[in-house]
Amino acid sequence: MEATERQTKHRKTALALSIIPGFGQFYNKQILKGLMFFILTVSFAVAFADLINIGLWGIVTLGEQLPRDHSIFLLTQGIIAVLVILIGLVIYFLNLRDAYLNGRNRDLGIPLNSVREQYRNVADQGFPYLMLTPGFFLLIFVVIFPILFVILLSFTNYDLYHSPPANLVDWIGIQNYIDIFKLDIWRDTFLDVFSWTIVWTFVATTGQIAIGIFLAVLMNQKDLKFKGIFRTIFILPWAVPAFVSILVFAGMFNETFGAINNDILAAFGIDAIPWLTEPFWTKIALILIQFWLGFPFIFAMVTGVLQSIPDELYEAATVDGANMWQKFRGITLPMVLFAIAPILITQYTFNFNNFNVIYLFNGGGPAVSGQTAGSTDILISWIYKLTFTSAQYGKAAAITMILSAIVIGVALWQFRRTKSFQEEDMM
Amino acid sequence: MSPKMQNTVRLTLSYIAIAIACVIILYPVLWIVGSSFNPGDSLSGSSIIPKDATLDHYKSLFNTEESDYLLWYWNTLKICIITMILAVAMISCMAYAFSRYRFVGRKNGLMTFLILQMIPNFAALIAIYVLAYITGLLDTHFALILVYAGGLLPMNTWLAKGYFDTIPKELDESARIDGAGHFRIFWQIILPLAKPILAVVALFSFITPFTDFILAQVILRSEEKFTLAVGLYKMISDQFGNEFTTFAAGSVLIAIPISILFLSLQRYFISGLTAGGTKG
Repeated sequence: MEATERQTKHRKTALALSIIPGFGQFYNKQILKGLMFFILTVSFAVAFADLINIGLWGIVTLGEQLPRDHSIFLLTQGIIAVLVILIGLVIYFLNLRDAYLNGRNRDLGIPLNSVREQYRNVADQGFPYLMLTPGFFLLIFVVIFPILFVILLSFTNYDLYHSPPANLVDWIGIQNYIDIFKLDIWRDTFLDVFSWTIVWTFVATTGQIAIGIFLAVLMNQKDLKFKGIFRTIFILPWAVPAFVSILVFAGMFNETFGAINNDILAAFGIDAIPWLTEPFWTKIALILIQFWLGFPFIFAMVTGVLQSIPDELYEAATVDGANMWQKFRGITLPMVLFAIAPILITQYTFNFNNFNVIYLFNGGGPAVSGQTAGSTDILISWIYKLTFTSAQYGKAAAITMILSAIVIGVALWQFRRTKSFQEEDMM
Repeated sequence: MSPKMQNTVRLTLSYIAIAIACVIILYPVLWIVGSSFNPGDSLSGSSIIPKDATLDHYKSLFNTEESDYLLWYWNTLKICIITMILAVAMISCMAYAFSRYRFVGRKNGLMTFLILQMIPNFAALIAIYVLAYITGLLDTHFALILVYAGGLLPMNTWLAKGYFDTIPKELDESARIDGAGHFRIFWQIILPLAKPILAVVALFSFITPFTDFILAQVILRSEEKFTLAVGLYKMISDQFGNEFTTFAAGSVLIAIPISILFLSLQRYFISGLTAGGTKG
């Protein structure tokens, strides 16, 4: 065995020959497979040569000459070219690997698979890929492609004045990021929006969690009656689609005909409050609305946890002379928080990106003079406005990158602690 | 205070707190229902229980010449159902492959999914808009369905894969010995056993597009293509207050069926969310 291994160097020869795809397989006397690799590579090169050529030129230059070149088309083609090249490299790598492995088998004196066995092997090993293909294809086009596009866009000056087909778009490096942090007008707006986003996320989420836990604990008392009805009522705000509730609230808080000013506050003799025109009051209203929208979810989760806490714990605490508050602090709260911790973090990231409530309630307004963002805009709704009202695509993309970095940072930190990440089977 | 008194005080306080919560929850609901029966277009001078209640607003919504409401409803249901079928089919295939096979690229594929599920898919809304624009898919339901289905894949594949992992592998192996092929094992053994998680995935895939506003707002342009969320927003933002009562009737007609669907299936929701750790 050892002697034969030293004598032959099939693996190296096969690998070297495979630099031209298929020839390593010919050397291994697997004519059919070699032909397939060869034909695949040649047709790949022929079919995509133009696309790759134009795409790579386009993504580097973003067009040189008007009206022939459309920068955004070229950018798109460029991304497609890069993806196609990646797929080509995968095929090429598989070709090298196959030639090497079969060459090694020959070195070791292991007989190679016959054509029939090869076919069965491909069918067997190919099955998972077959199952994954449709989903991955969709994912590449509607998720990965847009992400790549945004990343690249954030390094261009694509805006109203550099917008095809009338103008060309250019690469400007990290100028967008520098502008956001250096130019006064951008920095001030960014800081305003960012600080409100943080305050909003923190206050609205913490409040809805506190209310949810409080009501769940309240409802969990053994001697309470009509629990079923009350629980259903408490879940109701979650059951109604959020966009409906938010629009209804926009009507209720309306300053001319809304029920809050006209009916409720008037009944207590309180003057009308400018809910939609005064930034401070809009913020209060938004936070209150998010409490209403968000607590039922926490309520439902905590109710589930509470029912799984064994009664013995409370009985033991009673024997030790603990009062209600001590039992809550010592037993209920830690167990609940531990059980729903991952969900709580997603609640924070959800509100961080809660476009619906901000945009549907008051469009991010009231407006601030001289700024592209309204006084209650959070990052995601500001991005929306930059894209659709001021056509600042490049800046919007840069802010999207900042936002994504924050969200991914939080999510990674969270997922390192969850089970699915640590599962040995995953790897 | 005697223990009995203490109990009475505790219960009374609890009932008061619950009553306040119920009022706060139910008031907007009653207000919008009341508004929908109010005569006239605006709400000025109306009361929560209208004196001369009318069904006019409901009738005008159902009148296809006067309003696109029914069309929006139909669009929404169409988009949601197609998205659901597409997403469930792809997700079950992918989850099966990830759960049962060990292949080159599996680890990287799973990692990709894990990272992708962290980014909400509307974060790339500029790209989605520009791409839909240059591919000529702007203002089509097709684009919207693709974006919804694609956005659902990462998280729900993880969810389904987690459940598939709990189905004993001995079942596949014995079927394989009996001569069943890959696809037959998937179709006749795994899928029937995975019904609970498929129900959860189907529910998410239906509700997510139904309640989405931002992507529909980005992609859809012409009024007869709108979904309910975009249409309702347009109804209220065009001439705020002037059509408020019709808007109210429209809201009620969305809220009632969805709430019933939701309340009757809420345990599926909760089980799915607990497993996925994410709000849909």
